[in-house]
Amino acid sequence: MKKINIRFKVNGRQADLNIAPNKRLLDVLRDDLGLTGTKEGCDIGECGACTVVLNGRAVHSCLILAAQANGAEIITVEGLTQNGELHPLQKNFLEHGAVQCGFCIPGMLLSSYALLKENPHPREDDIKEAIAGNLCRCTGYKQIIQAVEAAANENNE
Amino acid sequence: MRYFDYIQPENIKQASESAGRDWRKALLYAGGTDLLGLIKNEVESPAALINLKAIPGLNGIEYSEREGLTIGALVKLSQLSAHEVVREKYSVLEQALKETASPQLRNMGTIGGNLCQRPRCWYFRGDFHCLRKGGDICYAVDGENKYHCVIGGGPCFIVHPSDPAVALLTLDAGVTIASAKGTKRVALKDFFVLPEDDIYRENILQPGEIVTHIHVPPVSEKTVSGYIKFRERGAWDFAVVSVAATLRINGDTIIDGKAAFGGVAPKPWQEEKINQKLKGLSVKPGNFESLSAEVLKEAEPLNQNAFKLPLVRNLLKRLLVQLTAS
Repeated sequence: MKKINIRFKVNGRQADLNIAPNKRLLDVLRDDLGLTGTKEGCDIGECGACTVVLNGRAVHSCLILAAQANGAEIITVEGLTQNGELHPLQKNFLEHGAVQCGFCIPGMLLSSYALLKENPHPREDDIKEAIAGNLCRCTGYKQIIQAVEAAANENNE
Repeated sequence: MRYFDYIQPENIKQASESAGRDWRKALLYAGGTDLLGLIKNEVESPAALINLKAIPGLNGIEYSEREGLTIGALVKLSQLSAHEVVREKYSVLEQALKETASPQLRNMGTIGGNLCQRPRCWYFRGDFHCLRKGGDICYAVDGENKYHCVIGGGPCFIVHPSDPAVALLTLDAGVTIASAKGTKRVALKDFFVLPEDDIYRENILQPGEIVTHIHVPPVSEKTVSGYIKFRERGAWDFAVVSVAATLRINGDTIIDGKAAFGGVAPKPWQEEKINQKLKGLSVKPGNFESLSAEVLKEAEPLNQNAFKLPLVRNLLKRLLVQLTAS
């Protein structure tokens, strides 16, 4: 098997890896780098549990080969917390009861994070659109939307 | 996922040569959102993937009043729908792009890959050795065929899954296809093929041929266009049916126009007769009613999908009313 060298930044830290070409970004994050906050749900790009932010955009890490991320900057849920302080999105998810079983939450957080980076003043429809690719099987969408709204308002104060 | 080599050519010639002459040996790789699913499901089992990312010139969007839009095949769907000119002049394309898949998929999926994606038929994607995979039966004929085609099918009854392709047909778009031998330009309407022409592929590409650019001619100021997609889920899904139209309007008359339909046929579907009738049509609800009744006249629905006919006709009527309202 011919392995390939890749390097990218995850949560601000450089990662240099020698990997099999059929490894997905999700596999490398979880298995090689131990970043198990990123979840695997459907494995075919339908549920959004594996969402990470790649070069500023929300993407499915289950539908990206790790080799494709060569040179990229990646943010996972572990990267949202700064100096032990939860990100405003995380705090508001907790405060608004937006977390039930929690499995979809890393993906929800990162889709919301990418939204607020691009659009700090989202309307409710923008939030719904941003998390359209993230399924919550506990169906707690309303609280999630409220939490994102509250985090945006805090950021804009 | 099974093992494959990962080849990273630096130019089209290298990419084309690496692709060779056999689909089983090597497949072109762009965003990967469709292809990785196919590999996981073992519908495709290539020995190598050829990543097109390092090839220069495939990432840009250019516009001139003479040439219109020239879109690199590797432009992401989200990048294209956010482009100023697309938003200003090509509403039908912008709407179709925004209706495609989910935000995450639009951030990785490319326009070239979208046009070349494989069908979503559950027999083709699933564990069935169907006609399109070299078997000798189309399971949709006597099976679950609610989402299959109503026209242009036989002996296989897929529908083409692309939204942007339907929009681009109404804009008279074309594609540049490159290979080690050179380049050629083909109208998009001649790019897609029916199962009766090629049961194994959805377009004319041969191994070693690569879509490098999509060309969209300029539109006049009197042009209006739009896209309506009907899907079963509110959040995101493939089209059950969709309708695109691009019309040039003067006062109360459609000078000329084109309509196209998704979710009804194995390729993005156009009817010359309908486009002819749009020419010179007066803007009146009664005219739209009688025109829409003519759509898909030759359809032969399967036992679960006749509902697509009134749906597609009503959506065309609604779109024409919307586009001519102001």
